[in-house]
Amino acid sequence: MHLLYMIFIDPFVQMGTAPDLLAQTLWEGLVGGMLYALIALGFVLIFKASGVFNFAQGIMVVFAALTFVGLHDAGVNAFLALGLTIVVMFGLAFAIERSVLRPLINQPDIILFMATFGITYFLIGFGEFVFGGDPKVMDTSDLFLPKGSITYHTLGGIVQLQKLDIAAAIVASIMVAGLAVFFSKTRIGRALRAVADSHSAALSVGISLEQIWVIVWFAAGLVALVTGIFWGARSDVSFALEVIALKALPVLILGGFTSIPGAIVGGLIIGVGEKLGEFYWGPLVGGGTDAWFAYVIALVFLLFRPQGLFGERIIERV
Amino acid sequence: MFYREAGQFKTDYASDQAIFPILQDRIGLAIIFVVALAIPLAHNDFLTNAVMIPFLIFSLAAIGLNLLTGYTGLLSLGTGAFMGVGAYACYKLTSIFPNVNIIIWIVTSGFFSAAVGAIFGLPSLRIKGFYLAIATLAAQFFLEWCFTHIPWLYNYNISAAIEVPQRELFGIIVTGPRATAETRYYIVLAIVVVMTWLASNLVHGRIGRMWMAVRDMDIAAELMGIRLLPTKLLAFAVSSFYCGVAGAMVAFLWYGAAESTVFNINQSFTILFMIIIGGLGSLLGSYLGAALIFVLPIVLRFVPEMLGLPLHAATVEHVTFMTTGVLIIFFLIVEPAGLARLWQVGKQKLRVWPFPY
Repeated sequence: MHLLYMIFIDPFVQMGTAPDLLAQTLWEGLVGGMLYALIALGFVLIFKASGVFNFAQGIMVVFAALTFVGLHDAGVNAFLALGLTIVVMFGLAFAIERSVLRPLINQPDIILFMATFGITYFLIGFGEFVFGGDPKVMDTSDLFLPKGSITYHTLGGIVQLQKLDIAAAIVASIMVAGLAVFFSKTRIGRALRAVADSHSAALSVGISLEQIWVIVWFAAGLVALVTGIFWGARSDVSFALEVIALKALPVLILGGFTSIPGAIVGGLIIGVGEKLGEFYWGPLVGGGTDAWFAYVIALVFLLFRPQGLFGERIIERV
Repeated sequence: MFYREAGQFKTDYASDQAIFPILQDRIGLAIIFVVALAIPLAHNDFLTNAVMIPFLIFSLAAIGLNLLTGYTGLLSLGTGAFMGVGAYACYKLTSIFPNVNIIIWIVTSGFFSAAVGAIFGLPSLRIKGFYLAIATLAAQFFLEWCFTHIPWLYNYNISAAIEVPQRELFGIIVTGPRATAETRYYIVLAIVVVMTWLASNLVHGRIGRMWMAVRDMDIAAELMGIRLLPTKLLAFAVSSFYCGVAGAMVAFLWYGAAESTVFNINQSFTILFMIIIGGLGSLLGSYLGAALIFVLPIVLRFVPEMLGLPLHAATVEHVTFMTTGVLIIFFLIVEPAGLARLWQVGKQKLRVWPFPY
């Protein structure tokens, strides 16, 4: 009886009596969820255009952040370092298309999935080889990103918002809007959507698959860079972040593999759910629930809606 | 020339259906057995303990995952956790019943793993492909969390890890710090060989054919009268059984101690690499993949030393990572169907040698 009370009544009583804590938890969940959503966004971009389940997206985030920090630490001006990192990400996209995607064209999905594992391994080794394996601290003040926090005295308590998180939210929104415009209004964007619909049909109207893939991987690289900068500013930059990148996978399930709005909504749901679960229900089972909470949400969700929130309905034919 | 089967007549159905119908294969297998039995005679502790024992254990785990992913077409990323269930189950069993033969407990622990695997396999009826892979990640992270947050599982040890007790079998010390590498090697070899033989019979029989039908097209298989839920759950259970036994061996016959990090997500990925590189749907491929993925980094670590390059230990680690990544991509490009397929092609080449075809 006590257990039932602790599970079903007590957390809501706590929420009601301390709304400031609830607001703070919600905010932190939203911020965490935004980062998951950004990683998931990179996944979705590549999956839509090339059908590749890109496991390396999480590592690309770390790699981009590491390149930026490494260049900046070496004394390069912050904006120049940013530009150089963008060049590096383009080079990476180009190299991946040439050396991995092109030879493996028309192979089963699982083989391409496996190949992205190869990319993951290579990037971990390469990144640590060039920049060293120690965690690095990212200083974002040179990029004119704000520091410190804003404190609100509302809801009978204190709610603290980090300025950096607000900046991240704004930049992320601008980026997503930019991508949406790019996808719907430009010639290349239309070509991308054509490729996503059908490879062979796109080829037959004269769209170059190779070119599109480079562009898509480059776009995913840019998303990775933005994610990496905001993520790195919150904690140190190291390849230990790899496990957190796996959190983007339940986000994909929730949102569907091919939906950009799905990735964003899914990310926010997972982020908020995870924080609320850990804060109000976690202590009941000894804490640390955020390691698996997101996956269990996704698993339960899958049983009812296998194609995700915004995914296209799965039709199977024999 | 080397593989010509001319003159080898099959006079009954039994010999026609044999797994190794060609004499040369049987000779080759016999040679491999003799070598495997002779390896401890070299008295090279590194070779036995750090290469052969883990290689065999990983091969068994790879066979387990291959039954699920390669034969039934269900992608799983929970292998590490299922191995962990085996290890912790074996630890609890031998703690509660210390007088029972430890080998029995190692094998029995597989059943616990099988039960857990079947539970987490339930969503497989509804979802498949990458969605299922992510669903099994729930198993991976949830079970890993259990291994650290339920102290009963590791007998409330301060180290929060399995500490393998000493167990004897017919007067010989089998587990624990005082067991010799040779003893452990022979036990691992025996278990792995017997279980490979069982797996081979399984996949060549009715159950294996059901699994393969489900893999190729599950809706078509259903229309042909194969009941999907029992078939898929059986695949999960058998696969987890193999992984569980492998996990129990990791803790009891290799490390001698194990904490939850041994069974983390990277372990799951490693085993998945092994079967994809080795060949999906091939028992031989499980061995080849385990050899490549596990033994290759060990070999690579010694290469700079042999070439006389004075490299930092950390640098060697990074280069090993890079090389492994490049090799994975290289092998996928050369032969996406895996090393087992490469062996098939090579065999055909040997058969017609010295002619091209």
